Formats: sequence, structure tokens, C-alpha cells
Amino acid sequence: MARIDLVDLAHSYGGNAAAPESFALKPVTMTWRQGGAYALLGPSGCGKTTLLNLISGIVTPSRGKIRFDGVDITPLSTQKRNIAQVFQFPVIYDTMTVGQNLAFPLRNRGVAQREIDARVAEIARLLDLTPYLDRKATRLTADAKQKISLGRGLVRSDVAAILFDEPLTVIDPELKWQLRSKLKALHRALDLTMIYVTHDQTEALTFADTVVVMHDGRVVQSGTPAELFDKPAHTFVGYFIGSPGMNIVPAVVSGREARIDGHTIRLDRNYDGLPAGARIEIGVRPEFVDVAPPGSGLLLANIERIDDLGRVRFARVRIGDAKFAARVPPGFSIPGNEAGLVFDPSHVHVYADSILVEGK
Amino acid sequence: MDKTVNQKAWFLVLPVFLVVAFSAILPLMTVVNYSMQDTFGNNQFFWNGVGWFKELLDPSTDLGGRFFASLWRNLFFSAVILAIEVPLGIVVALSMPRDGWTVAACLVILALPLLIPWNVVGTIWQIFGRPDIGLLGYVLNHIGLNYNYVSNDLDAWATVIVMDVWHWTSLVALLCYAGLKSIPDAYYQAAQIDGASRWAVFTAIQLPKMNRVLLIAVLLRFMDSFMIYTEPFVVTGGGPGNSTTFISIELVKIALGQFDLGKAAALSLVYNLIIIIVCWVFYTVMTNAGAERRDTKGVA
Repeated sequence: MARIDLVDLAHSYGGNAAAPESFALKPVTMTWRQGGAYALLGPSGCGKTTLLNLISGIVTPSRGKIRFDGVDITPLSTQKRNIAQVFQFPVIYDTMTVGQNLAFPLRNRGVAQREIDARVAEIARLLDLTPYLDRKATRLTADAKQKISLGRGLVRSDVAAILFDEPLTVIDPELKWQLRSKLKALHRALDLTMIYVTHDQTEALTFADTVVVMHDGRVVQSGTPAELFDKPAHTFVGYFIGSPGMNIVPAVVSGREARIDGHTIRLDRNYDGLPAGARIEIGVRPEFVDVAPPGSGLLLANIERIDDLGRVRFARVRIGDAKFAARVPPGFSIPGNEAGLVFDPSHVHVYADSILVEGK
Repeated sequence: MDKTVNQKAWFLVLPVFLVVAFSAILPLMTVVNYSMQDTFGNNQFFWNGVGWFKELLDPSTDLGGRFFASLWRNLFFSAVILAIEVPLGIVVALSMPRDGWTVAACLVILALPLLIPWNVVGTIWQIFGRPDIGLLGYVLNHIGLNYNYVSNDLDAWATVIVMDVWHWTSLVALLCYAGLKSIPDAYYQAAQIDGASRWAVFTAIQLPKMNRVLLIAVLLRFMDSFMIYTEPFVVTGGGPGNSTTFISIELVKIALGQFDLGKAAALSLVYNLIIIIVCWVFYTVMTNAGAERRDTKGVA
């Protein structure tokens, strides 16, 4: 049971002397609440696995501190930290049965046999592994093996946090959601902090109550799925989350108006005093732009194609050089290949050098 | 549609058939032929049926006695060198660096003994162990150990065994190292998190993962040591007495020393049969282990 604080934590595989820009993880300070379900989301190479390995102690940070419940555990070895980790590929001990696999961490810590038996039975029941306890672990399917990996973490009564490093990579699609809902159920039942690394936004958004989006070694935003969707703090979050991603177009913004391609879009907030010289863009999710018949006062766009996603249709359009996606209202059909775009001003955000600017 | 009959295809396998016939089948048949006959020189042969085989498998006869004595010696030798080389090879592999330039250096040093021709290895140790001019022999005698592989059975055995360990432990070590390198880091990390001791990591991860390469190492080392000829022949010549006379040395003595072609042929056929049977047993064990692995992959 622990709250995890990262204090100015950073890591470079080239050592502390490496150039700051080459750091695999750039300095980050944040707090992981006890009992929270977190997802670390980002593309390959964004530093999410590095961050995970720093927390579990597999990697020692170049600088900064990690605290569990206020106690600095940065110099402690992996064994001494109360964490468990589930890896991308199932790690099981080939020669042991499922039961022996589950008992392994307790046996290594010299726990009494009676207690081991009780814990193993309890965890096996939680993970639906009871019928397999006496089977050789190598003969099981990948999802059962991942459950064993998880179980080896759960048997330890001292575990404060469980870290998952893309644990569903090798699981069949139809079993993925089963295992994911199992994880959610366990999270609710056990009051453990869970940190889940993935590059799959669906996995992240369905598993976590707080999603931490990483990009290029930096934490760019941390928030609930709704926050990430409604108010991306960084253009990267905008287009990484959502399908299709957020529209980001260069614009000239002054006061309550944004000009794209000579056309003016009304904004809900006042954006006076934007940093001079910054690259100004506006971002709006396709869900908040509707296609309408071309008419006066509307931004005109060329329709390239329409994607029918079943519940909703999105038009892929072009304004000048900028590509754009916009919702096609139900029952709407477009006469030509030109259409007007209707923006929802409350969902148009302004970004200066990719960072969200709060309007007044 | 009717199948086209075209017997010309046989001509395509003819070259292979001829090569195999001349390189394997005919010589083997010659040996089978010799094993059924007796000769008193002058290229005169007399039919002896299975007589030599009966004599060979009966330890009370001279031929049988020599065969069984050398067979036990050979099996004992193989058992001893396996018992030394396999654990030693594992220890060497475990203590090798995992990355950096030292890996290449270690691999080259380990590979060196493997590159030396058998009779050169024999010569090296023959000289190395001599009490008068050999470094090893001289030093041992100088510090008070009465070491002489020419006159003392135990010394001869020790020399032959140490020589084989020196020559071939590298092979086991290299195979084990390859096995160790193939273990993903996640296993070590998981073991660390599970609080496993160094010994637990070895028994729970490293040894099971080296399973396959160890089987190959045992097979190769068993076959090689069972067929050993050159090195002990160069060092001890099978002596003192017959104490290091292995089957292959015995075979050469009978065939070329006494020119008893019939007895030698019978012995070499039985020798061959033993090797084939042992190979088959190992092969079956190994492919079964492989099938088990494939089986689990299928499920996963």
C-alpha cells in the first residue's frame, strides 16, 4: 500500500553526463495515488518502459528520487521494493507447476509453508487458476501464463504496486478484453496501485482512471480519459488519442478569432497576449466539426473521401494544404465535393508551440 | 489423367547412388564379408560364419576379454570426462561476460583448443607431461609427486582425462553460453522481483533454458570420447600395459598389428552398432524434448 512520488526523476542510458535532449526520460515530478489505476500511454520509444523500470528498480535513475509513502527507495534493489511487475512476454519458471510458480516469491523470502499454501490457494482462486495448480506451467496458454506472472506478484502480501509492461501483447484478441476486465476486477477488489504501460489507447482508456501520456521522453499530460479527450494539453495528445485524431491546423489567432486560410472562426475564449514568435495552431476534434452545405460565413473545404465507421461518418477534407476530418451529420448527403465546416467554438483549442493555451 | 511413365528420372539419382556405394556401402560390405571369414595370410580366406561374433561376445575368450575390457575402459572414460566437462563448461559459461569487448576475447580463447588437431593435442601433452623435459611432469616430480604416465596406470589415466578436459570443455562452455544468451532479460528481472537467490536463478531459469544445448553437448562429447583414438594413442600408446587401451586402439592393434582381419571386422561392426544405438537413444530423447516444446508453443 503506497503512494508513489517521483521527484525530478530522469534517466539517460548514456549516463548523467549525456546531453539533456538525449535523455530517455526527461525530468518528471508527479505523484501516483495509492490504489489508483494508471496507464502510461505513448508510442514506442517514448520512455514509458524506462519510467516503469525505474519504479520497479530494474534501472537506476541518472537523477531524481522515487518515494514510496514518503520514504526514499531510490537506492533500494528490486527485491526490497514492494512492487511486482508483469512483462510483455509471459515469464514462467519452466520446470515448476503452476502452484510452485505462484509459491516461488514467497519461498524465496522464507515464508512458512502453511502460509504459502494459504496464499497460493487464495490467489489461484482470484485468478481462476485453481484447476491448473498441479499442472506444468509450460503447457498452459499465453493468457494463463500472464495470469501466473501476475499471480507471482499478488501472492506477496507486502506488494504496494503492480506494474504491467504491455502485458497483453501476446494474448489473442478475444482473450484480451477478458484479461483486462479481470485486471479491473482485481484492482477494485485488492486496492492496489496499478501502473499499466501500453501503446494502445483503447487498452489505456478502458483500464485506467488516470492516463499519463508520454511523448519523446516527457510526460505531456496526465488526466482522466475524458480530460484527455476534451482538453488535450499538447497537440501530441490530441492526435494520439481519439480515432481519428484531433485536427491541428496553423492559424492566426487574435482575441476571440482565429483565421485559417483567410476565413475567420469564432472562439469561445479570449486569446490576447499569445507568446510572440510562437507557432500558433488551433486544434479541434473531428467530433466537434460538422460538415454542412457550402454557404456564406462557412469555412469551405474540399471533400477527399468519407469514412463510414458504422455509428458515425467522418469526412476527410482539405483546406488549402491542411488535412482535416469532420463529422458528417446523420442523413446528410453532400451534393458536390465542396462543403462548409461548422465549428463548435467551445471545443476549439489554441496551441502555442504545441502546448495548450488557456483562453480567458 | 494417366501418369506419365518416365524411368529416365532414375538417372538423376544415379550419381548419388554411385558415390554412396563407393564411399559407404561397398567398404561396409567388405567389412561384413571379412567378419565372416578367417585368413592365414597369402590372401587365402576361410568361411567362419558367426564364429568371430560368438568369440567377441564371450568374455572368457581372448578376443572377448580384450573387447569387454576396452569397452568398460571406454565407458568409464566417457563417464568421467562428462562428469567433469559438463559442470565445468556450465561454470565457465556462467562466469563469462554478457557484453562488451571481453565477450569476443573470451570466445577466441575458448575456441583455441578446439582448433588444434587431435594428434597435435596428443603431442603437446605427451611432451608437457614428460618427467625429464616436460614442464608439468618436471614440476610435479620436483615438488615430490612421483608422476610418470609411462609407468603408472593412474598417472596415465589422469593425463588422458586432463588432456580431454583441456581440449573439449570449451565446446560445452560455448554451447552453454549460446543457451544462456538466448534467455530474455525479462526472466532475470522477474526473478529479481521474485527475490530469487543466485542459486534459485540458476536452477529455475538458467538450467532449464540450457536443457537443449546441454543435451547436444552431452551427445557430442559422449560420441567423441567413445570414439577417442588419436590423443591417447599419441600420449600413452594404450599403456602402460593395456590400461589406456580404448576400443579404437584395440581395434587397430587387432587389424593392423596382428592382421586378424576377421576378428577386427567383427569388432568394428559391434563397435559401430553400439554407436548407432547410443545415437538413436540420444536422438529420440532430444526430439521428444523438442516435440514437447513445440507442443507448448502450439497451445500458446
